[in-house]
Amino acid sequence: MSVWLHSKRIARYGLIGFIRNGFVSLSAILMLTITLFVMAGLVMASAALSSTLKQLNDKVDVNVYFSVKASNDDVQGVKLALEALPDVAQVTYVSPDEALALFRSRHGTDQVTMQALDQLGDNPLGASLSIRAKNTSKYQDIANYLESVQTAALGASITKVNFNQNKTAIQRLSDIIETSRRVGYATVIIFMIASVIIAFNTIRLTIYTARDEIGVMNLVGAGKWYVRGPFMIAGVLYGAIAGLFVVVFLYPFSAWTAPGSDRLFAGAFNTLDFYTSHFLLFFFTLMGTGVALGVLSSFLAIRRYLR
Amino acid sequence: MILYDNVSKIYNGGSTTVALQNINLSVEPGEFVSIVGHSGAGKSTLIKLLFAEVIPSEGTVFFGSKEVAKLSQQELRALRRNIGTVFQDFRLLPTKNVYENVAFAMEVAGRSDDDIKADVPHVLELVGVIDKMWNFPHQLSGGEQQRVAIARAIVNQPDVLLADEPTGNLDPINTHDVVNILKKINDLGTTVVLTTHNKVVVDSVGRRVVTMDQGRIIRDDKSGKYTL
Repeated sequence: MSVWLHSKRIARYGLIGFIRNGFVSLSAILMLTITLFVMAGLVMASAALSSTLKQLNDKVDVNVYFSVKASNDDVQGVKLALEALPDVAQVTYVSPDEALALFRSRHGTDQVTMQALDQLGDNPLGASLSIRAKNTSKYQDIANYLESVQTAALGASITKVNFNQNKTAIQRLSDIIETSRRVGYATVIIFMIASVIIAFNTIRLTIYTARDEIGVMNLVGAGKWYVRGPFMIAGVLYGAIAGLFVVVFLYPFSAWTAPGSDRLFAGAFNTLDFYTSHFLLFFFTLMGTGVALGVLSSFLAIRRYLR
Repeated sequence: MILYDNVSKIYNGGSTTVALQNINLSVEPGEFVSIVGHSGAGKSTLIKLLFAEVIPSEGTVFFGSKEVAKLSQQELRALRRNIGTVFQDFRLLPTKNVYENVAFAMEVAGRSDDDIKADVPHVLELVGVIDKMWNFPHQLSGGEQQRVAIARAIVNQPDVLLADEPTGNLDPINTHDVVNILKKINDLGTTVVLTTHNKVVVDSVGRRVVTMDQGRIIRDDKSGKYTL
Protein backbone atom coordinates (compact mmCIF):
# COMPACT_ATOMS: atom_id res chain seq x y z
CA MET A 1 0.00 0.00 0.00
CA SER A 2 1.36 3.39 -0.89
CA VAL A 3 2.44 5.70 1.91
CA TRP A 4 0.13 8.39 0.52
CA LEU A 5 -2.94 6.14 0.62
CA HIS A 6 -1.98 4.93 4.09
CA SER A 7 -1.49 8.50 5.38
CA LYS A 8 -4.71 9.67 3.76
CA ARG A 9 -6.71 6.94 5.48
CA ILE A 10 -5.05 7.57 8.84
CA ALA A 11 -5.76 11.31 8.58
CA ARG A 12 -9.38 10.66 7.59
CA TYR A 13 -9.98 8.28 10.49
CA GLY A 14 -8.26 10.72 12.85
CA LEU A 15 -10.63 13.48 11.78
CA ILE A 16 -13.67 11.19 11.84
CA GLY A 17 -12.76 9.92 15.31
CA PHE A 18 -12.24 13.48 16.53
CA ILE A 19 -15.67 14.57 15.30
CA ARG A 20 -17.63 11.47 16.27
CA ASN A 21 -16.15 11.29 19.77
CA GLY A 22 -17.36 14.84 20.27
CA PHE A 23 -17.67 14.77 24.04
CA VAL A 24 -14.32 13.09 24.58
CA SER A 25 -12.68 15.56 22.16
CA LEU A 26 -14.31 18.47 23.95
CA SER A 27 -13.00 17.24 27.32
CA ALA A 28 -9.49 16.82 25.95
CA ILE A 29 -9.55 20.28 24.35
CA LEU A 30 -10.85 21.81 27.56
CA MET A 31 -8.11 20.25 29.66
CA LEU A 32 -5.41 21.21 27.17
CA THR A 33 -6.84 24.73 27.03
CA ILE A 34 -6.57 25.02 30.80
CA THR A 35 -3.05 23.59 30.71
CA LEU A 36 -1.89 25.99 28.00
CA PHE A 37 -3.61 28.90 29.71
CA VAL A 38 -1.82 28.11 32.97
CA MET A 39 1.45 27.94 31.02
CA ALA A 40 0.81 31.28 29.30
CA GLY A 41 -0.13 32.79 32.67
CA LEU A 42 3.09 31.48 34.18
CA VAL A 43 5.12 32.92 31.33
CA MET A 44 3.44 36.31 31.91
CA ALA A 45 3.95 36.10 35.66
CA SER A 46 7.57 35.16 35.13
CA ALA A 47 8.06 38.07 32.73
CA ALA A 48 6.40 40.42 35.21
CA LEU A 49 8.68 39.19 37.97
CA SER A 50 11.77 39.54 35.79
CA SER A 51 10.72 43.01 34.74
CA THR A 52 10.15 44.08 38.34
CA LEU A 53 13.42 42.55 39.50
CA LYS A 54 15.23 44.27 36.67
CA GLN A 55 13.70 47.58 37.63
CA LEU A 56 14.77 47.03 41.23
CA ASN A 57 18.21 46.04 40.03
CA ASP A 58 18.47 49.21 38.00
CA LYS A 59 17.70 51.32 41.05
CA VAL A 60 20.75 50.02 42.88
CA ASP A 61 24.12 51.59 42.11
CA VAL A 62 27.44 52.38 43.74
CA ASN A 63 28.82 55.88 43.50
CA VAL A 64 32.49 56.80 43.55
CA TYR A 65 33.23 60.39 44.47
CA PHE A 66 36.44 62.14 43.45
CA SER A 67 38.14 65.10 45.08
CA VAL A 68 37.71 68.53 43.43
CA LYS A 69 41.37 68.44 42.55
CA ALA A 70 41.05 65.20 40.60
CA SER A 71 41.85 65.69 36.94
CA ASN A 72 39.57 64.49 34.19
CA ASP A 73 42.25 61.96 33.21
CA ASP A 74 42.21 60.47 36.74
CA VAL A 75 38.44 60.00 36.63
CA GLN A 76 38.44 58.61 33.10
CA GLY A 77 41.25 56.20 34.09
CA VAL A 78 39.12 54.78 36.91
CA LYS A 79 36.08 54.71 34.60
CA LEU A 80 37.94 52.69 31.98
CA ALA A 81 39.28 50.31 34.62
CA LEU A 82 35.77 49.77 36.00
CA GLU A 83 34.28 49.22 32.55
CA ALA A 84 36.82 46.48 31.98
CA LEU A 85 35.45 44.53 34.96
CA PRO A 86 33.20 41.65 33.85
CA ASP A 87 30.58 42.30 36.57
CA VAL A 88 30.06 45.94 35.67
CA ALA A 89 27.08 46.67 33.43
CA GLN A 90 27.40 50.44 33.11
CA VAL A 91 29.54 53.29 34.41
CA THR A 92 28.08 56.79 34.15
CA TYR A 93 30.33 59.82 34.50
CA VAL A 94 28.94 62.84 36.36
CA SER A 95 31.08 65.95 35.88
CA PRO A 96 31.50 68.53 38.67
CA ASP A 97 29.22 70.94 36.79
CA GLU A 98 26.52 68.30 36.38
CA ALA A 99 26.87 67.39 40.07
CA LEU A 100 26.38 71.05 41.01
CA ALA A 101 23.35 71.40 38.73
CA LEU A 102 21.86 68.25 40.22
CA PHE A 103 22.54 69.52 43.74
CA ARG A 104 20.87 72.85 42.98
CA SER A 105 17.82 71.17 41.51
CA ARG A 106 17.49 68.92 44.55
CA HIS A 107 17.99 71.63 47.15
CA GLY A 108 16.55 74.58 45.24
CA THR A 109 13.98 75.28 47.93
CA ASP A 110 16.51 75.21 50.76
CA GLN A 111 17.43 78.92 50.97
CA VAL A 112 20.19 78.50 53.60
CA THR A 113 22.04 75.87 51.60
CA MET A 114 21.70 77.84 48.39
CA GLN A 115 23.06 80.97 50.05
CA ALA A 116 26.00 79.03 51.52
CA LEU A 117 26.73 77.58 48.07
CA ASP A 118 26.62 81.02 46.47
CA GLN A 119 29.00 82.39 49.08
CA LEU A 120 31.54 79.67 48.36
CA GLY A 121 31.91 80.94 44.81
CA ASP A 122 33.79 77.91 43.46
CA ASN A 123 32.12 74.57 42.76
CA PRO A 124 32.73 72.48 45.92
CA LEU A 125 31.64 69.24 44.26
CA GLY A 126 33.99 66.86 42.51
CA ALA A 127 33.28 64.48 39.69
CA SER A 128 31.68 61.12 40.43
CA LEU A 129 31.04 57.79 38.75
CA SER A 130 27.79 55.93 39.06
CA ILE A 131 28.35 52.19 38.69
CA ARG A 132 25.66 49.67 37.89
CA ALA A 133 26.49 45.98 38.25
CA LYS A 134 25.10 43.19 36.10
CA ASN A 135 23.85 41.55 39.26
CA THR A 136 23.21 43.06 42.70
CA SER A 137 25.28 40.35 44.34
CA LYS A 138 28.36 41.71 42.53
CA TYR A 139 28.41 45.10 44.21
CA GLN A 140 30.56 43.78 47.04
CA ASP A 141 33.19 42.62 44.52
CA ILE A 142 33.13 46.01 42.79
CA ALA A 143 33.43 47.81 46.15
CA ASN A 144 36.38 45.57 47.08
CA TYR A 145 38.02 46.44 43.78
CA LEU A 146 37.52 50.14 44.38
CA GLU A 147 39.01 49.85 47.85
CA SER A 148 42.03 48.14 46.38
CA VAL A 149 42.59 50.83 43.75
CA GLN A 150 41.99 53.60 46.29
CA THR A 151 45.44 52.92 47.76
CA ALA A 152 47.07 52.74 44.34
CA ALA A 153 47.97 55.64 42.09
CA LEU A 154 44.96 55.08 39.86
CA GLY A 155 42.44 55.72 42.64
CA ALA A 156 44.40 58.23 44.75
CA SER A 157 41.86 60.99 44.05
CA ILE A 158 38.85 58.92 45.19
CA THR A 159 37.36 60.46 48.31
CA LYS A 160 34.42 58.23 48.95
CA VAL A 161 32.73 55.04 47.79
CA ASN A 162 29.16 54.92 49.05
CA PHE A 163 28.80 51.14 49.01
CA ASN A 164 29.49 50.69 52.70
CA GLN A 165 26.74 53.13 53.73
CA ASN A 166 24.22 51.23 51.57
CA LYS A 167 25.76 47.82 52.06
CA THR A 168 23.05 46.31 54.26
CA ALA A 169 20.22 47.64 52.12
CA ILE A 170 21.89 46.48 48.89
CA GLN A 171 22.61 43.03 50.26
CA ARG A 172 19.08 42.64 51.57
CA LEU A 173 17.68 43.72 48.25
CA SER A 174 20.09 41.40 46.51
CA ASP A 175 18.90 38.51 48.68
CA ILE A 176 15.24 39.35 48.03
CA ILE A 177 15.83 39.53 44.28
CA GLU A 178 17.72 36.24 44.24
CA THR A 179 15.14 34.46 46.39
CA SER A 180 12.24 35.84 44.35
CA ARG A 181 13.91 34.69 41.17
CA ARG A 182 14.49 31.16 42.49
CA VAL A 183 11.01 30.83 44.01
CA GLY A 184 9.50 32.25 40.82
CA TYR A 185 11.30 29.79 38.55
CA ALA A 186 10.62 26.86 40.87
CA THR A 187 6.91 27.75 40.94
CA VAL A 188 6.80 28.03 37.15
CA ILE A 189 8.52 24.67 36.73
CA ILE A 190 6.29 22.90 39.28
CA PHE A 191 3.09 24.29 37.75
CA MET A 192 4.25 23.45 34.25
CA ILE A 193 5.04 19.86 35.24
CA ALA A 194 1.65 19.56 36.97
CA SER A 195 -0.11 20.96 33.90
CA VAL A 196 1.69 18.56 31.58
CA ILE A 197 0.80 15.60 33.80
CA ILE A 198 -2.87 16.65 33.87
CA ALA A 199 -2.92 17.05 30.07
CA PHE A 200 -1.20 13.71 29.56
CA ASN A 201 -3.66 11.93 31.82
CA THR A 202 -6.61 13.49 30.06
CA ILE A 203 -5.39 12.20 26.70
CA ARG A 204 -4.64 8.86 28.33
CA LEU A 205 -8.26 8.71 29.45
CA THR A 206 -9.51 9.44 25.93
CA ILE A 207 -7.44 6.51 24.67
CA TYR A 208 -8.55 4.32 27.56
CA THR A 209 -12.16 4.85 26.48
CA ALA A 210 -11.17 3.55 23.04
CA ARG A 211 -9.27 0.49 24.28
CA ASP A 212 -11.89 -1.98 22.98
CA GLU A 213 -11.80 -0.29 19.61
CA ILE A 214 -8.02 -0.59 19.58
CA GLY A 215 -8.40 -4.27 20.48
CA VAL A 216 -10.65 -4.80 17.46
CA MET A 217 -8.16 -3.01 15.23
CA ASN A 218 -5.43 -5.35 16.47
CA LEU A 219 -7.73 -8.30 15.89
CA VAL A 220 -8.26 -7.56 12.23
CA GLY A 221 -4.50 -7.24 11.74
CA ALA A 222 -4.11 -3.46 11.57
CA GLY A 223 -0.48 -2.29 11.65
CA LYS A 224 0.77 -0.30 14.63
CA TRP A 225 0.75 2.99 12.76
CA TYR A 226 -2.69 2.29 11.36
CA VAL A 227 -4.00 1.96 14.93
CA ARG A 228 -1.87 4.69 16.46
CA GLY A 229 -2.08 7.23 13.63
CA PRO A 230 -5.73 8.35 13.97
CA PHE A 231 -5.29 8.90 17.72
CA MET A 232 -2.20 10.99 17.08
CA ILE A 233 -4.08 13.04 14.47
CA ALA A 234 -6.82 13.59 17.06
CA GLY A 235 -4.05 14.63 19.49
CA VAL A 236 -2.82 17.21 16.97
CA LEU A 237 -6.35 18.58 16.65
CA TYR A 238 -6.87 18.72 20.43
CA GLY A 239 -3.60 20.63 20.86
CA ALA A 240 -4.03 22.99 17.90
CA ILE A 241 -7.59 23.93 18.83
CA ALA A 242 -6.68 24.38 22.50
CA GLY A 243 -3.68 26.51 21.47
CA LEU A 244 -5.87 28.65 19.25
CA PHE A 245 -8.45 29.11 22.03
CA VAL A 246 -5.76 30.29 24.43
CA VAL A 247 -4.18 32.64 21.86
CA VAL A 248 -7.59 34.24 21.24
CA PHE A 249 -8.62 34.30 24.89
CA LEU A 250 -5.34 35.81 26.07
CA TYR A 251 -6.10 39.08 24.26
CA PRO A 252 -9.20 40.09 26.27
CA PHE A 253 -7.62 38.56 29.37
CA SER A 254 -4.46 40.64 29.08
CA ALA A 255 -6.51 43.75 28.25
CA TRP A 256 -8.61 43.13 31.35
CA THR A 257 -5.58 42.66 33.61
CA ALA A 258 -3.54 45.49 32.04
CA PRO A 259 -4.60 48.32 34.41
CA GLY A 260 -4.11 46.06 37.44
CA SER A 261 -0.67 44.91 36.29
CA ASP A 262 0.32 48.51 35.64
CA ARG A 263 -0.61 49.45 39.21
CA LEU A 264 0.86 46.33 40.81
CA PHE A 265 4.22 46.56 39.09
CA ALA A 266 4.40 50.35 39.21
CA GLY A 267 4.52 50.69 35.43
CA ALA A 268 7.26 48.10 35.06
CA PHE A 269 4.93 45.56 33.44
CA ASN A 270 1.73 45.79 31.45
CA THR A 271 0.08 42.50 30.44
CA LEU A 272 -1.51 43.85 27.25
CA ASP A 273 1.71 45.48 26.05
CA PHE A 274 3.64 42.32 26.82
CA TYR A 275 1.11 40.10 25.02
CA THR A 276 0.84 42.24 21.90
CA SER A 277 4.59 42.77 21.65
CA HIS A 278 5.21 39.03 21.99
CA PHE A 279 2.14 37.87 20.05
CA LEU A 280 3.95 35.72 17.48
CA LEU A 281 6.04 34.10 20.18
CA PHE A 282 2.88 33.30 22.14
CA PHE A 283 1.10 32.04 19.02
CA PHE A 284 3.81 29.62 17.92
CA THR A 285 4.74 28.52 21.44
CA LEU A 286 1.16 27.80 22.47
CA MET A 287 0.26 26.06 19.21
CA GLY A 288 3.51 24.12 19.22
CA THR A 289 3.22 23.11 22.87
CA GLY A 290 -0.44 22.13 22.42
CA VAL A 291 0.27 20.00 19.37
CA ALA A 292 3.36 18.44 20.94
CA LEU A 293 1.46 17.63 24.13
CA GLY A 294 -1.44 16.13 22.18
CA VAL A 295 0.71 14.01 19.88
CA LEU A 296 3.20 12.88 22.49
CA SER A 297 0.51 12.02 25.04
CA SER A 298 -1.42 10.01 22.43
CA PHE A 299 1.74 8.24 21.29
CA LEU A 300 2.72 7.27 24.82
CA ALA A 301 -0.78 6.40 26.01
CA ILE A 302 -1.58 4.06 23.13
CA ARG A 303 1.62 2.03 23.42
CA ARG A 304 0.25 -0.34 26.03
CA TYR A 305 -2.74 -1.27 23.87
CA LEU A 306 -0.70 -2.19 20.80
CA ARG A 307 -0.04 -5.89 20.72
CA MET B 1 -4.13 -26.54 7.73
CA ILE B 2 -4.62 -26.04 11.47
CA LEU B 3 -2.80 -28.29 13.90
CA TYR B 4 -2.83 -28.34 17.69
CA ASP B 5 0.05 -30.52 18.82
CA ASN B 6 -0.24 -31.59 22.45
CA VAL B 7 -1.35 -28.11 23.50
CA SER B 8 -2.02 -27.13 27.11
CA LYS B 9 -2.94 -23.74 28.48
CA ILE B 10 -2.72 -22.83 32.14
CA TYR B 11 -3.80 -19.40 33.37
CA ASN B 12 -1.80 -18.25 36.36
CA GLY B 13 -3.72 -15.54 38.15
CA GLY B 14 -4.84 -15.48 41.76
CA SER B 15 -5.32 -19.21 41.34
CA THR B 16 -4.11 -21.60 38.67
CA THR B 17 -6.71 -22.53 36.07
CA VAL B 18 -6.12 -25.28 33.55
CA ALA B 19 -8.00 -24.21 30.43
CA LEU B 20 -6.65 -26.82 28.00
CA GLN B 21 -4.90 -30.16 28.55
CA ASN B 22 -2.94 -32.05 25.91
CA ILE B 23 -5.05 -31.04 22.94
CA ASN B 24 -4.31 -32.79 19.66
CA LEU B 25 -6.50 -31.61 16.84
CA SER B 26 -6.17 -30.96 13.14
CA VAL B 27 -8.52 -29.11 10.83
CA GLU B 28 -8.32 -29.63 7.07
CA PRO B 29 -8.99 -26.92 4.44
CA GLY B 30 -12.66 -26.50 3.65
CA GLU B 31 -13.89 -28.23 6.80
CA PHE B 32 -16.72 -26.97 8.98
CA VAL B 33 -15.85 -27.90 12.56
CA SER B 34 -18.20 -27.28 15.45
CA ILE B 35 -16.48 -27.25 18.84
CA VAL B 36 -19.02 -27.84 21.56
CA GLY B 37 -18.96 -28.04 25.31
CA HIS B 38 -20.20 -26.41 28.48
CA SER B 39 -19.04 -22.95 29.53
CA GLY B 40 -15.45 -23.19 30.77
CA ALA B 41 -14.70 -26.28 28.67
CA GLY B 42 -11.88 -24.42 26.88
CA LYS B 43 -13.57 -23.69 23.53
CA SER B 44 -12.73 -19.97 23.43
CA THR B 45 -9.14 -20.55 24.55
CA LEU B 46 -8.77 -23.06 21.71
CA ILE B 47 -9.92 -20.40 19.23
CA LYS B 48 -7.80 -17.61 20.76
CA LEU B 49 -4.65 -19.72 20.41
CA LEU B 50 -5.08 -19.60 16.64
CA PHE B 51 -4.61 -15.85 16.30
CA ALA B 52 -2.21 -15.54 19.25
CA GLU B 53 -4.50 -13.68 21.58
CA VAL B 54 -3.45 -16.47 23.94
CA ILE B 55 -0.07 -18.24 23.90
CA PRO B 56 0.09 -21.97 24.78
CA SER B 57 1.75 -23.01 28.03
CA GLU B 58 2.86 -26.24 26.39
CA GLY B 59 2.73 -27.67 22.88
CA THR B 60 2.51 -25.91 19.56
CA VAL B 61 -0.21 -24.50 17.34
CA PHE B 62 0.42 -24.45 13.60
CA PHE B 63 -1.41 -22.45 10.99
CA GLY B 64 -0.25 -23.90 7.71
CA SER B 65 3.45 -24.46 8.15
CA LYS B 66 3.91 -21.64 10.66
CA GLU B 67 4.01 -21.95 14.42
CA VAL B 68 1.68 -19.22 15.61
CA ALA B 69 3.41 -18.43 18.92
CA LYS B 70 6.73 -17.82 17.17
CA LEU B 71 5.47 -15.33 14.59
CA SER B 72 6.93 -11.82 14.58
CA GLN B 73 4.57 -8.88 15.12
CA GLN B 74 4.45 -8.26 11.40
CA GLU B 75 3.79 -11.92 10.57
CA LEU B 76 1.12 -12.06 13.24
CA ARG B 77 -0.69 -9.09 11.75
CA ALA B 78 -0.51 -10.76 8.34
CA LEU B 79 -1.93 -13.95 9.87
CA ARG B 80 -4.78 -12.04 11.51
CA ARG B 81 -5.64 -10.48 8.16
CA ASN B 82 -5.89 -14.01 6.81
CA ILE B 83 -8.23 -15.22 9.55
CA GLY B 84 -11.76 -13.90 9.89
CA THR B 85 -13.06 -13.72 13.45
CA VAL B 86 -16.61 -13.42 14.76
CA PHE B 87 -17.44 -13.14 18.46
CA GLN B 88 -20.48 -13.33 20.67
CA ASP B 89 -20.12 -9.63 21.57
CA PHE B 90 -19.71 -8.63 17.87
CA ARG B 91 -16.66 -6.41 18.51
CA LEU B 92 -17.54 -3.77 15.95
CA LEU B 93 -15.89 -0.36 15.90
CA PRO B 94 -18.50 1.81 17.64
CA THR B 95 -17.52 5.12 16.04
CA LYS B 96 -17.56 3.73 12.51
CA ASN B 97 -20.67 3.00 10.50
CA VAL B 98 -21.40 -0.38 8.92
CA TYR B 99 -19.65 0.48 5.67
CA GLU B 100 -16.56 1.77 7.49
CA ASN B 101 -16.42 -1.25 9.81
CA VAL B 102 -16.18 -3.60 6.85
CA ALA B 103 -14.00 -1.24 4.82
CA PHE B 104 -11.55 -1.01 7.73
CA ALA B 105 -10.65 -4.70 7.43
CA MET B 106 -9.98 -4.18 3.71
CA GLU B 107 -7.96 -1.04 4.32
CA VAL B 108 -5.62 -2.70 6.80
CA ALA B 109 -5.13 -5.45 4.24
CA GLY B 110 -3.93 -2.78 1.82
CA ARG B 111 -6.81 -3.01 -0.65
CA SER B 112 -7.45 -0.10 -3.00
CA ASP B 113 -10.33 2.37 -2.63
CA ASP B 114 -11.91 1.01 -5.81
CA ASP B 115 -11.87 -2.55 -4.46
CA ILE B 116 -13.39 -1.36 -1.22
CA LYS B 117 -16.18 0.53 -2.98
CA ALA B 118 -17.00 -2.56 -5.01
CA ASP B 119 -16.64 -5.29 -2.38
CA VAL B 120 -18.18 -3.78 0.75
CA PRO B 121 -21.72 -3.40 -0.64
CA HIS B 122 -21.42 -6.84 -2.19
CA VAL B 123 -20.53 -8.55 1.09
CA LEU B 124 -23.18 -6.56 2.99
CA GLU B 125 -25.69 -7.77 0.42
CA LEU B 126 -24.50 -11.33 1.03
CA VAL B 127 -25.16 -11.13 4.78
CA GLY B 128 -28.37 -9.15 4.34
CA VAL B 129 -27.57 -5.76 5.88
CA ILE B 130 -27.10 -3.66 2.75
CA ASP B 131 -29.95 -1.40 3.82
CA LYS B 132 -28.08 -0.58 7.06
CA MET B 133 -24.84 0.41 5.34
CA TRP B 134 -24.70 3.94 6.82
CA ASN B 135 -25.97 3.04 10.26
CA PHE B 136 -23.76 2.88 13.33
CA PRO B 137 -23.49 -0.32 15.41
CA HIS B 138 -25.62 1.10 18.24
CA GLN B 139 -28.43 1.63 15.73
CA LEU B 140 -28.51 -2.07 14.81
CA SER B 141 -30.11 -5.12 16.44
CA GLY B 142 -27.91 -7.93 17.77
CA GLY B 143 -28.56 -10.05 14.69
CA GLU B 144 -27.67 -7.18 12.37
CA GLN B 145 -24.50 -6.44 14.29
CA GLN B 146 -23.45 -10.07 14.03
CA ARG B 147 -24.07 -10.03 10.28
CA VAL B 148 -21.85 -6.96 9.99
CA ALA B 149 -19.18 -8.76 12.04
CA ILE B 150 -19.42 -11.72 9.65
CA ALA B 151 -19.22 -9.38 6.66
CA ARG B 152 -16.05 -7.86 8.10
CA ALA B 153 -14.63 -11.30 8.80
CA ILE B 154 -15.13 -12.61 5.26
CA VAL B 155 -14.56 -9.50 3.15
CA ASN B 156 -10.87 -10.28 2.68
CA GLN B 157 -11.76 -13.85 1.68
CA PRO B 158 -9.77 -15.41 4.53
CA ASP B 159 -8.65 -19.03 4.56
CA VAL B 160 -10.35 -19.59 7.90
CA LEU B 161 -13.34 -18.10 9.67
CA LEU B 162 -13.32 -18.49 13.45
CA ALA B 163 -16.71 -17.98 15.05
CA ASP B 164 -16.63 -17.97 18.85
CA GLU B 165 -20.21 -18.35 20.17
CA PRO B 166 -21.56 -16.17 17.35
CA THR B 167 -25.17 -16.94 18.20
CA GLY B 168 -24.82 -16.54 21.97
CA ASN B 169 -26.62 -13.18 22.02
CA LEU B 170 -29.14 -13.85 19.27
CA ASP B 171 -32.78 -14.93 19.16
CA PRO B 172 -33.68 -18.22 17.36
CA ILE B 173 -34.51 -16.56 14.04
CA ASN B 174 -31.25 -14.60 13.90
CA THR B 175 -29.38 -17.68 15.11
CA HIS B 176 -30.80 -19.64 12.20
CA ASP B 177 -29.86 -16.89 9.75
CA VAL B 178 -26.31 -16.60 11.08
CA VAL B 179 -25.76 -20.36 10.91
CA ASN B 180 -27.02 -20.37 7.32
CA ILE B 181 -24.59 -17.60 6.44
CA LEU B 182 -21.72 -19.58 7.99
CA LYS B 183 -22.73 -22.67 6.01
CA LYS B 184 -22.88 -20.62 2.83
CA ILE B 185 -19.39 -19.25 3.51
CA ASN B 186 -18.12 -22.79 4.08
CA ASP B 187 -19.76 -23.93 0.86
CA LEU B 188 -17.76 -21.24 -0.94
CA GLY B 189 -14.56 -22.91 0.31
CA THR B 190 -13.67 -21.14 3.53
CA THR B 191 -12.75 -23.31 6.51
CA VAL B 192 -15.09 -22.55 9.40
CA VAL B 193 -14.38 -23.27 13.06
CA LEU B 194 -17.45 -22.63 15.20
CA THR B 195 -17.65 -22.83 18.97
CA THR B 196 -21.06 -23.08 20.56
CA HIS B 197 -23.05 -24.73 23.31
CA ASN B 198 -26.27 -24.44 21.33
CA LYS B 199 -27.54 -27.92 20.43
CA VAL B 200 -29.90 -26.60 17.73
CA VAL B 201 -27.05 -24.89 15.96
CA VAL B 202 -24.78 -27.93 15.98
CA ASP B 203 -27.52 -30.29 14.88
CA SER B 204 -28.59 -27.99 12.06
CA VAL B 205 -25.02 -27.75 10.72
CA GLY B 206 -24.57 -31.53 10.73
CA ARG B 207 -20.82 -31.51 10.09
CA ARG B 208 -17.76 -32.48 12.17
CA VAL B 209 -18.31 -32.02 15.91
CA VAL B 210 -15.49 -31.84 18.46
CA THR B 211 -16.74 -32.14 22.02
CA MET B 212 -14.74 -30.65 24.88
CA ASP B 213 -15.01 -31.02 28.60
CA GLN B 214 -12.76 -29.57 31.30
CA GLY B 215 -10.05 -28.59 28.83
CA ARG B 216 -9.90 -31.95 27.04
CA ILE B 217 -11.30 -33.25 23.76
CA ILE B 218 -13.62 -36.09 24.73
CA ARG B 219 -15.17 -36.81 21.34
CA ASP B 220 -14.46 -36.04 17.68
CA ASP B 221 -17.28 -37.10 15.31
CA LYS B 222 -16.88 -36.60 11.57
CA SER B 223 -20.58 -36.00 11.11
CA GLY B 224 -22.01 -35.61 14.49
CA LYS B 225 -24.72 -34.21 16.66
CA TYR B 226 -24.53 -32.38 19.94
CA THR B 227 -24.13 -34.96 22.67
CA LEU B 228 -22.97 -34.12 26.18
